[in-house]
Amino acid sequence: MKFIDEYRDPARARALLDRIRQVARREWTIMEICGGQTHSIMRNGIDQLLPPNVQLVHGPGCPVCVTPLETIERALAIAAMPGVILTSFGDMLRVPGSEKDLFMARSEGADVRIVFSPLEALQIARDHPEKEVVFLAVGFETTAPANAMAVRQAAREGLSNFSELVSQVMVPPAMRAILSSPGNRVQGFLAAGHVCAIMGYEEYEPVAAEFGVPIVPAGFEPVDLLDGILKVVEMLEAGRSGVVNAYGRVVSREGNPEARRVMQEVFEVADRPWRGIGIIPQSGLVLRPEFARFDAEKRFNVGHIAPQESPLCHSGEVLQGHLKPSDCPAFGHECTPQTPLGATMVSSEGACAAYYRYHRKS
Amino acid sequence: MQLSCPSPILRHETVQMAHGAGGRLSQELTARVFMPHLGNPVLDQLDDQARFEAEPGRIAFTTDTYVVSPIFFPGGNIGDLAVNGTVNDLAVGGAVPRYLSAGFVLEEGLPLADLERIVASMAEAARKAGVVIACGDTKVVQKGQCDRIFINTSGVGFIPPGRDVSCRNLRPGDAVILSGTIGDHGMAILTTREGLSFQSRIQTDSAALNGLVAEVLGAANVHAMRDPTRGGVAATLNELANSSSVGIELAEAAIPVREEVRGAAELLGIDPLTIANEGKMLAVVPAAEADSALAAMRAHEHGRDAAIIGKVTEEHPGMVVMRTPFGSRRIVEMPLGEQLPRIC
Repeated sequence: MKFIDEYRDPARARALLDRIRQVARREWTIMEICGGQTHSIMRNGIDQLLPPNVQLVHGPGCPVCVTPLETIERALAIAAMPGVILTSFGDMLRVPGSEKDLFMARSEGADVRIVFSPLEALQIARDHPEKEVVFLAVGFETTAPANAMAVRQAAREGLSNFSELVSQVMVPPAMRAILSSPGNRVQGFLAAGHVCAIMGYEEYEPVAAEFGVPIVPAGFEPVDLLDGILKVVEMLEAGRSGVVNAYGRVVSREGNPEARRVMQEVFEVADRPWRGIGIIPQSGLVLRPEFARFDAEKRFNVGHIAPQESPLCHSGEVLQGHLKPSDCPAFGHECTPQTPLGATMVSSEGACAAYYRYHRKS
Repeated sequence: MQLSCPSPILRHETVQMAHGAGGRLSQELTARVFMPHLGNPVLDQLDDQARFEAEPGRIAFTTDTYVVSPIFFPGGNIGDLAVNGTVNDLAVGGAVPRYLSAGFVLEEGLPLADLERIVASMAEAARKAGVVIACGDTKVVQKGQCDRIFINTSGVGFIPPGRDVSCRNLRPGDAVILSGTIGDHGMAILTTREGLSFQSRIQTDSAALNGLVAEVLGAANVHAMRDPTRGGVAATLNELANSSSVGIELAEAAIPVREEVRGAAELLGIDPLTIANEGKMLAVVPAAEADSALAAMRAHEHGRDAAIIGKVTEEHPGMVVMRTPFGSRRIVEMPLGEQLPRIC
C-alpha cells in the first residue's frame, strides 16, 4: 500500500528504536492521547520494543470510551421510541448501558442502523420522510466537521426529520485536565495526528508553554509513532518544551480551515462530562441555538436519566494514565470484551480492549 | 355441454406463493427451473428421498444455510456459494464429497430469472466439485418474510478407511499452511454493498476445495484441515489451538493478503485475519512434510499463493500469537461479534 508500507518498514523502525535507546538516559512517561495510536502500539508491540526507561501511558482519546453513560441511555431510550431510526458508528452499538446495549435494543425491535458517515444517516432521512432519523454524533475534533456538515446540509435542505444526539469532545482541555491532576505522571504527549489534521497544532502551543511539556503530533503507523516518541524523548532529555510536528505529511500548524469553519458555524464550546473522568470545563461541543431543532436531546423527551456506573470499573484512571489496563483488578476477570464493565473494554480504540486483545497474558 | 376450464398456467416472471404450495405451479417450477439444471440420475427419481450406494469407510455429514446479501456479488452468487461451502466442510474433514441436498426458501416476488441464474450456478459448481445434488425442497414465504432467497445445503461424503484428519490432531512443531490470500470473499461482499465503492473490484474466492484437499492429502500426512470461513483465519486457528490444547505462532509477514483487500480492510478498520474466506484452507502438517504439502498446494489452481504462515507450539496452549515484522508479539484474538453480517 502506497503511503502506508513505508511507515511500516521494519528497518526504519529498528533504526528509530536504536536512536531512542541512545537518546533516552533518564526515566520518561509519555502519553499517546489517541486510542487509534494505542491500538497501533499494541498491535505492533511497540511498547515491548522500547527501552524500559521510556514508558507509554494511554490517553483518553477514544470517543466511545469517554461518551457518558447518560448519552448511551438516552440513545437507547430514543431508539425505543416508535418511528425512530437510530444511526451510529458500529462501535457505539456494543457499549453497554445500565441494562443493555444498542444491539440488544435492535433485537427487541428498535430500528438501529450502522453507518460509516453522518451523511449516510442524512440519506436515510431523505429516503424515509415518515421516520425520525437520529445520528449518534460522538467523537473528537476528527468527527466534528462531518457531523457539523450533516446538520448544515439538513438545514439547507429543510430536512425536518433529521437530528443528532451530540457528544463531541476536544483534546486540548483534556490535556490540561490530565496535566493539572494531582497524580499526574505524564511528562510529554504524542498528539493525535487525525485531530491535528483538522485543528492544526497551533492550539497546543499554549498548553506546552503553560505546563512546560513537549507535545508532538504523530501518525499511526509504527514508524510514525517511533519518530514521534523519539522527538518527545529528545525534547525531554534537552529540557525543552513546545510543539514539534512529527506528522508533516498530514498536519500543518493551521489545520484544515474549511473543516474548522463548518465546525464553528454549527457547534459552540461548552462544559462536557467525560465518562470515567467527570466534567471538564469547555471541553465539548454542542449545537448552536440556531441549529437547536436538530438537537435530538431537545427533540425527544425521554424523561430523567440517572445511570449507574459499575463500581468495579477503573476506566477513568486508565483514561488519565494513572493506571495501566492490566493493573485493574477487574481486567480479564469480571471485565472482558464479552462482559465489558466500561467502554474502554468495548471500543476498538479502548485501551483495555487493546490490552486484552493483544497482550492479555503479558 | 359441460364446461371444463382448467385455469391457465401463466408464464410467471416472479416467484408466487403457489410455487411453494405443492400443486401445479410447484411442479412447473421444478420442471422449468430446477430439473433442467440440476437433473441427474439420483434426483430424476423425484422420490421423497434420495437413495444411493454407500462407499467404504466412514460417512461425513454436514449442513449449512446461506443467507448472503447481496445474492449476486463479484465472482459468484448465493448458489455457487451454497455448493462450495458445504463441499468444503466435507472435504476439510478428509471426506470425498458426493451428495448434496438443496433446500430453498424463496421470497414471493423473486424474479424467476434470478432464481434460474442461481440454480444454474449451483449446477455448475456441483459439476466442478464432482458432487450430485440428490434431493431438494422449495418453500415460498410472503414478501418481507425473507430476503429474496435463502438456501440450505446438506452434504454427505465418505472418509476412506484409515484416514484421520481432525482439529484435535495438532502437535507441537507442526507447520501451519494457508492455501492463498485471505479476506477476498468478505471484502467482495462488503465492497459490493450499498454506500461502499472502491476502485478495483474485489472478487470472491468461492471455490470447491476437494481437489486441492486431495492433492495435499496425497503429499503429506495431514494432521488437520479447516476452511477459514466466518471469523476468518483468526477464528479458525483459535479453534484449532483450543481443540488440540496447543499454541500457534504466526509470522505476520508470511500471510498472503491481496493489495486491494489490504487497502479496503485498512480503510474500514477491519483485520483481514478476521474476514471470511470461501475458497481457502488451512492445513496443519508435520514440519518435515511441510515443503511437499506446500508444493502440492501451489501446483493446484486454488493453491497458487499458498504459504507456510506459522507453527504449532507447546507454549501458550489455546492461544494464537503473531510475530510482527518488528520482532514483537501480539495475541490474535478470537473475533468477537459479527462485523459483517450475512456474508455467507
